[in-house]
Amino acid sequence: MATAISNNLVYERPKGFTETPTHYCPGCTHGVAHHLIAEVLQEMDLIEKTIGVAPVGCSVFAYNYFDTDFVEAPHGRAPAMATGIKHVLPDRIVFTYQGDGDLASIGMGEIVHAAGRGENLTVIFINNANFGMTGGQMAPTTLPGMKTTSSVKGRDVETQGFPIRMAEMLATLDGVSYCVRRSLHDPKNIRLAKKAIRMAFETQARGLGFSMVELLSTCPTNWGMTPVDALKFVEEQMVPAYPLGDYKVAASVAEIKI
Amino acid sequence: MTRELWKGNEAIAEAAVRAGLEAYFGYPITPQTEILEYLSRRMPELGRAFVQAESELGAINMVYGAACTGVRVMSSSSSPGMSLMMEGMSYIAGTEIPAVLVNVMRGGPGLGNIAPAQGDYNQAVHGGGHGDYHNIVLAPASIQEAIDLTALSFDLAEKYRMICMIILDGSIGQMMEPAQMLDMRPIQRKDWDWATNGKMGKRERRVLSSIYLDPAQEEKMNLRLLSRWKTIQREEVRYKEYFLDDAEFVIVGFGTAGRVALSAVRQAREKGIKVGLLRPITVSPFPAEAIEQLVGRVSGFLVTEMNSGQMLEDVRLAVKGRVPVEFYGRMGGVVPFTEEIMHEIERITTSKLSATSNPREEWYERMVGMR
Repeated sequence: MATAISNNLVYERPKGFTETPTHYCPGCTHGVAHHLIAEVLQEMDLIEKTIGVAPVGCSVFAYNYFDTDFVEAPHGRAPAMATGIKHVLPDRIVFTYQGDGDLASIGMGEIVHAAGRGENLTVIFINNANFGMTGGQMAPTTLPGMKTTSSVKGRDVETQGFPIRMAEMLATLDGVSYCVRRSLHDPKNIRLAKKAIRMAFETQARGLGFSMVELLSTCPTNWGMTPVDALKFVEEQMVPAYPLGDYKVAASVAEIKI
Repeated sequence: MTRELWKGNEAIAEAAVRAGLEAYFGYPITPQTEILEYLSRRMPELGRAFVQAESELGAINMVYGAACTGVRVMSSSSSPGMSLMMEGMSYIAGTEIPAVLVNVMRGGPGLGNIAPAQGDYNQAVHGGGHGDYHNIVLAPASIQEAIDLTALSFDLAEKYRMICMIILDGSIGQMMEPAQMLDMRPIQRKDWDWATNGKMGKRERRVLSSIYLDPAQEEKMNLRLLSRWKTIQREEVRYKEYFLDDAEFVIVGFGTAGRVALSAVRQAREKGIKVGLLRPITVSPFPAEAIEQLVGRVSGFLVTEMNSGQMLEDVRLAVKGRVPVEFYGRMGGVVPFTEEIMHEIERITTSKLSATSNPREEWYERMVGMR
């Protein structure tokens, strides 16, 4: 029987993951993003030498789920903490996992300058167009017209400003080696996201510089949608506003074969 | 004993290097910038980490990250920059990891000026970042002391897994004096059982964070910090005494204000006035017990500071209203002259003082009267 089960096994918990059940809401794609990272760390045999930096926000407890060393950053400051770690332990793999409130709002300074310095770090950026943990307020990434608890009539760009496209913006910096946007709204895109995460960690492991993968993600609870509708929202509303693609792939990174 | 001429800021930087500093992260601000400039040359030549951060927020969080790995880490700043570091300091306190910070204080509040002041005493000693925690705070009054206390600060930070701050005013940072530098100590990475430096096939994973969602757990953590602080209050108080054996009046002052007071005490002694000086080295933990023990022997205290009486309150807490405590302070970057302290010594030794008066209010009236 054991053999039969083994033959039918198509998916199991990646070794980069602990056995702790995640706390995320049903339909939230944080779990998917976490799994992709854990799988990549396992495939690249990096679990033992990785130090993660957790953000403030829904993924504040990310450190419970990865079977690696982890530190908890103040809101937005993860890229600065990661910089400190990487400079004293350059042979370790250091990554930050940050939401849009964390990275694009309060932590804008830290991410821009870590990227500008070309820190040899990997940043996984979860863009779900709102502040999840505090109950769905407007983020810098909230779409025009999108309703949140702090833009109840829909984000009015006249008074509340425009969305900020982080991948495009950071790709303009010379210090950045790999900067792409992917989405987690269907299996095909999830596979592409995993490949991008792999490329980002390969970039760091080979000492090629700063890498960031932006992942369009869902927030069914705060968007007031079913998980299925939330995936549709990503596909139909977010992807047009945040086009998927490679915004910067340095020549040295383009040569990597995985 | 080779003594060389050292500038305060550079002496602290070199002392930190020789004490085993593995990483420095900072941001330029007068009057401490020479620490950053010096280390921007010195650290890379020794193969150690140096980053000029984009802000003090960036710098303190680089310190936070590097400190999590268990190496000796330092940043430095001056008053406005220190305010920006308070967020990170609170996290470092909550995570219980060691780090050394240097604040070369200047005149404030706000942008203020770049002249020597001691206005950040309360921020360093009684507060700063959010939450319930203490820092060890050392206050040198000479370049030699700045060197020695820099070495000590790393040991204390590691021993108690907390921030050790060195506060000095701009004049000590900027002046030059002969001093003996430390010998170079080899870097010894210690195998701390808390450091997040990668599992490396040797152990289970480690997590460093300051989240305790359960209030009972947070309280337990706060009590742990407090119990550590009780130990520090018992074992780490440091201060210097001058002419206290037969003193009838005692001046209490730290850093440059204490140093100027010492000159005044010497002048007063030449005139036969029996006045002494107690100069706190650790302003936190505060030498309250040493002051309390003097209460029975002396007729009163004079607190001198380069602020409006911040440490004064700690002295008054120790004295508990049993003898008069007088105050003389200058603010905004004004350094008191020896003659001013001398004038105060003559005032307190010739006036009828009350133990129940409000020294701050009376000082304020005298200051306003002078204008």
